[in-house]
Amino acid sequence: MTLQNSSDAFRSEYTDHSAPHPLLRVVDIEKCYGQRIGCTGVNFDLYPGEVMGIVGESGSGKSTLLNCLAGHLEPDQGEVLFDTRDAGLVDTVTMAEPERRMLSRTDWAFVHQHARDGLRMSVSAGGNVGERLMAVGARHYGQIRDEAIDWLGRVEINETRIDDRPSAFSGGMQQRLQIARNLVTGPRLVFMDEPTGGLDVSVQARLLDLLRGLVRQMGLSAIIVTHDLAVVRLLADRLMVMKDGHVVETGLTDQVLDDPQHAYTQLLVSSVLQV
Amino acid sequence: MISIQNVEKSFTLHNQGAAVITVMSDANVEVTPGECVALAGASGAGKSTLMRMIYGNYLTQSGSIRVDGVEVVGANPRDVLDLRRTTLGYVSQFLRVVPRVPTLDVVAEPLLALGEDEGVARDKAATLLARLNIPERLWSLSPTTFSGGEQQRVNIARGFVHPYRALLLDEPTASLDAQNRETVMCLIEEAKARGAAIVGIFHDESARDRVCDRVLDVTSFLPKGDA
Repeated sequence: MTLQNSSDAFRSEYTDHSAPHPLLRVVDIEKCYGQRIGCTGVNFDLYPGEVMGIVGESGSGKSTLLNCLAGHLEPDQGEVLFDTRDAGLVDTVTMAEPERRMLSRTDWAFVHQHARDGLRMSVSAGGNVGERLMAVGARHYGQIRDEAIDWLGRVEINETRIDDRPSAFSGGMQQRLQIARNLVTGPRLVFMDEPTGGLDVSVQARLLDLLRGLVRQMGLSAIIVTHDLAVVRLLADRLMVMKDGHVVETGLTDQVLDDPQHAYTQLLVSSVLQV
Repeated sequence: MISIQNVEKSFTLHNQGAAVITVMSDANVEVTPGECVALAGASGAGKSTLMRMIYGNYLTQSGSIRVDGVEVVGANPRDVLDLRRTTLGYVSQFLRVVPRVPTLDVVAEPLLALGEDEGVARDKAATLLARLNIPERLWSLSPTTFSGGEQQRVNIARGFVHPYRALLLDEPTASLDAQNRETVMCLIEEAKARGAAIVGIFHDESARDRVCDRVLDVTSFLPKGDA
């Protein structure tokens, strides 16, 4: 019922030229591993400044979907259209590899669950942030270092740690460094895979506060994959619930959590321990 | 301003034998600018449910709910969020905030979301917190550690910091002392004077009699046969 409505709305938006442009338009994405479905039939639009959460249990296909969207996995079918600065909506699945790589260094960012996957562990904290700036053409050492210091401050890492390697950082600090490294180039779209997973609750709260502030100040759009419903309630405007590779429910975050329509979502919401 | 027509609401409990519970049928309400309507009825009659449906927090099965001309039933999440940002405020009984965020920022947030200048937003938030007698030394702390009454006043400040043209108030005076209750009464009267349409739940009868123009018993919206 809900899905039917959203796909109708989706179609009508195609013809409505007065509506603002979506930043990302996902059309009928499917990815299979042999006989097994990774994810299938995924459609949605993401607008500038919007944060969408994707929830579901392990194996529901949420990470597969995120990796297809971010260009880490090639979907078997479907389109991932991104509103590029030069040419408007372009399908990033069929885009040339160098172009896609450029996109993932400039307008896109990917925050991994394990900070080690997103950081260069043998390079200093300042180097980790500066490296992404250099990848987009920054060459002035002083400016790069100043920018790195500014970003370390924004993610609450003391300037005195700039020359330390991330291996000397705590898990929470590594995660914040990863975020700084990703956001320094001013991306428009951030993919996050369980960004607060494995962190202490106090560190999680700090990170959530930080992410909310950055989303508002920079007008970021974000897609956050998590199994933590409390995280999406605080961060996401919209929610997509996945089970066995299918999207079973979509809607406004608080509506999906407070008045879930699908049997699986009802089970998911009622299984959360109250604190 | 708020127009509810032929609205029906049911819950399907998939994990309890797919039981379908219809809690409301044929609900009709009109609230004009500057008017305050109190929802009445016994506990469980559907007062909060109706408020949540107006806010888009609960899905509505059929009928129409319009707020400032925007149809909430079947709306895109984007349109509901936009309505909430600009037009429709909600003071709930529970304060839900990101831990660690200072009270002043919690109250200023609705203005910042509308693109208001940070300094102006914080000034407005400070004025309201002072009016609601939240001591200034608490403004830099997160409200998560506050007492129930303090949290409620923070919630009220958040709901009145932007001049919403439609307001939903869920027991705004429930755990307040006489002085703070008076402040909230004044805030509601000021909102009415600037033309806000208000729907509220007031268990406090003297508060209800003072600010509400009429009382609507939601028991009449219970499905026929149950009533």
